[in-house]
Amino acid sequence: MSDKIYMVPNPPTPNRAVAFDPDACQGCNSCVEVCPTDVLMPNPEPEMPPVVLYPEECWYCGGCVEECPWPGAISMLHPTSQRISMNWKRKSTQELFRVGMKNPPTANNRPPSG
Amino acid sequence: MSIWHEYVQREGKLPEWPYPVDYGKVNEIVSDVLVIGGGLAGVRAAISAAQMGVKVVLADVGHAKRSGSGGAGVDHWHGACTNPCSKVTPEEYTRGCYESMHGYMGAHVRYIITRESWDTLLECEKWGLQIRDVKDEFKGAEFRDEETKLLFAYDYDNRHILRVWGYNVKPVIYKEAERLRVNIQNRICVTSLLTEGGEQGARVVGATGVNTRTGEFYVFRAKATVIATGGAGRLFQFVPELTASASMSDMSSAGVGHAIGWKAGAEFVLMEKTGPNTLSGFGYAPYSMGNAGNTYHGVPVIDANGKEVPWVDAFNHEINTIEGRFRCGPGQKFQLGIGIGISSYLPEYQQNDPVRDLPERIRKGEFALPFYIDLTRMSEHERRVLWGLMVGHEGKTRIPIYDTFNKAGFDPDQDMLQAPVMTLEGYLSSCFWAARANTPPHYRSGGGSYLVDWDLKTSLEGLFAGSGSTVYGGGCHGESHATGRFAGRRAAEYARSASEPLADRGQIDSERNRVYSSTHQDKDGIGWKEINQAIARIMQDYCGKYKNELTLKLGLRLLGELRQTELASAYSSNPHELGRLLECFSLIDFGEAMMKASLARKASNSILDFHRLDYPEMDPPEWNKLLPIRQIKGETQSRELPLDYFLKQPFAPTYEENYAAHAGAAKTTGKETSK
Repeated sequence: MSDKIYMVPNPPTPNRAVAFDPDACQGCNSCVEVCPTDVLMPNPEPEMPPVVLYPEECWYCGGCVEECPWPGAISMLHPTSQRISMNWKRKSTQELFRVGMKNPPTANNRPPSG
Repeated sequence: MSIWHEYVQREGKLPEWPYPVDYGKVNEIVSDVLVIGGGLAGVRAAISAAQMGVKVVLADVGHAKRSGSGGAGVDHWHGACTNPCSKVTPEEYTRGCYESMHGYMGAHVRYIITRESWDTLLECEKWGLQIRDVKDEFKGAEFRDEETKLLFAYDYDNRHILRVWGYNVKPVIYKEAERLRVNIQNRICVTSLLTEGGEQGARVVGATGVNTRTGEFYVFRAKATVIATGGAGRLFQFVPELTASASMSDMSSAGVGHAIGWKAGAEFVLMEKTGPNTLSGFGYAPYSMGNAGNTYHGVPVIDANGKEVPWVDAFNHEINTIEGRFRCGPGQKFQLGIGIGISSYLPEYQQNDPVRDLPERIRKGEFALPFYIDLTRMSEHERRVLWGLMVGHEGKTRIPIYDTFNKAGFDPDQDMLQAPVMTLEGYLSSCFWAARANTPPHYRSGGGSYLVDWDLKTSLEGLFAGSGSTVYGGGCHGESHATGRFAGRRAAEYARSASEPLADRGQIDSERNRVYSSTHQDKDGIGWKEINQAIARIMQDYCGKYKNELTLKLGLRLLGELRQTELASAYSSNPHELGRLLECFSLIDFGEAMMKASLARKASNSILDFHRLDYPEMDPPEWNKLLPIRQIKGETQSRELPLDYFLKQPFAPTYEENYAAHAGAAKTTGKETSK
């Protein structure tokens, strides 16, 4: 990473919409291909994760994640304002949780019906 | 890693546009049937036309495998009145829709939908969609039929609404369209319809478009064209930074399908209809919070102290069991269900709800905020079908909600999901996440659409319409499948005997000149987002809740001005921005059609949420009619049409007779044979 300070516009809002794991992502661009609104662009460098160019055009359908053949390569990231709204309470202990919290509870691995 | 900001600061240079760009290069594609819009309706139209052996081209602004409002899944299927378990007939259902909307409803389209909805779903099953509990996960549940293994939603008595495992519905139908060799052209922003001689009102013979990755120009020539696009979500408000994640329609919802028909001279109805903004806006991520609306219907809502909110039937009688929330109350034959584009229910057909005076009860201290939903109070079958099936399969839920919450540790067997903490009026509707009272005082388009006949043909020769938004009488998910499938079939039938489509060279050339104008403007020209916000400002101010003759005319003037000034000099730096900017032209056309239709209706109307300050008397009976409008030689013309025009001359007097005369080669199974 260069130490130079550049003139860049403010970070977009929301910031990213999806997050890539560069180790899992093979740069196949399957997600780029199907995104309904072209939020993602192929990375100019081959085999690198796509570039999130238009995050504010994402409507959070999750199609990119469903399309991805590489487990864990891409995950959906709701805007922070939505994540802090996703709260729940455990009935037995009255503990409070939210999506994106520090030290989250154990993941629930039950697959959906069907 | 790999957002644009990170890339440019790491590399110290801008990434070049990743696709080869060739503005103006002409691609000509000829077919029997052209389908515009590749959502559910478009793909279904393409499939049913291809099934009849004609050559089909599908043009979609996104990618037809995932695009459209229904592209992200579905958990329930409405109006399956001919399924073997249904106790509601298509006639009864159609009458319920028509009466609920006080006649402002294309009931002929509803009839077609309910006649074919179940068959339309059976086709999906054939292609790989799960519509039955084949793994016996819900054996013995009261919402299950043990013989057919169908699961019912909302109204367990009448069994006309089915639960389906539809998270992959779009890839399933897309695969079938590919198998039938439909020529699918993705990333095409359609810009105009081509007409014979280039004349407004003449036969439609194709369309033009621009590829939003390469910038190339497309000329589609076709004997018949089907419009299967969505609404105009960007017309009345445009704050995607804040609202995109809360929206039920994506950025491409720009009214293009309406706009091109308006310019070509097609006739539209109820363009004057507006309504308070609801889903597509300032709420929370759909389905992400505690609520008891649609997908979460029936779930116990409890307050901060564990006190449960009572439920009532349509006539406000208290319901004492969870099971009763899915049953008809006294005085009801059946319930229409939720999310079918019927906004003005009669109690005879209305669903059960949490008490309808909840805001007042909170204010008086009966309940303490925040609310939670407690799924553990439901039976295991009900809990599993709600979270595991419905939240697991509904649009924008499989990854955005089910996956996200499960990974974060949410467990419906022991956790209670919190409802939004918001202004009390927000609790009037049980769909709390839509936060209806939290939306700014914004209005939206109310669903004006193409006037269609019993073939779903528009007023223009060669032009058909099918989808939830473009057809008068459309609805939601299943309705889009059914109308698209029907329109595709009728278009193919028409194309079989239609003459070759002769496009007008002058019309094509002038359109090709028009669409690229923004690519050679000064680079400091205004961009599409600022233009879009200006359009939304004009619509909110001049076509919002309250209108009069003068404000509507001023609004028209401002839209026209904008087109000739800021929009005319706007700049687009790549094909993506070009497409979005061209959509702004469509938004203006859509807005003009709304204002002109609003001028034609010189009376206030409660069903259309239409308030003319200069004609304040609400619902004068002499204005209880449709006022279709169209453009001929650039002039707007409106006429009068009875609300039940589809049962008047030249049509037959009953739904059944008309359907029989127009359904064509429908392979309907009928109730007796579908088991």
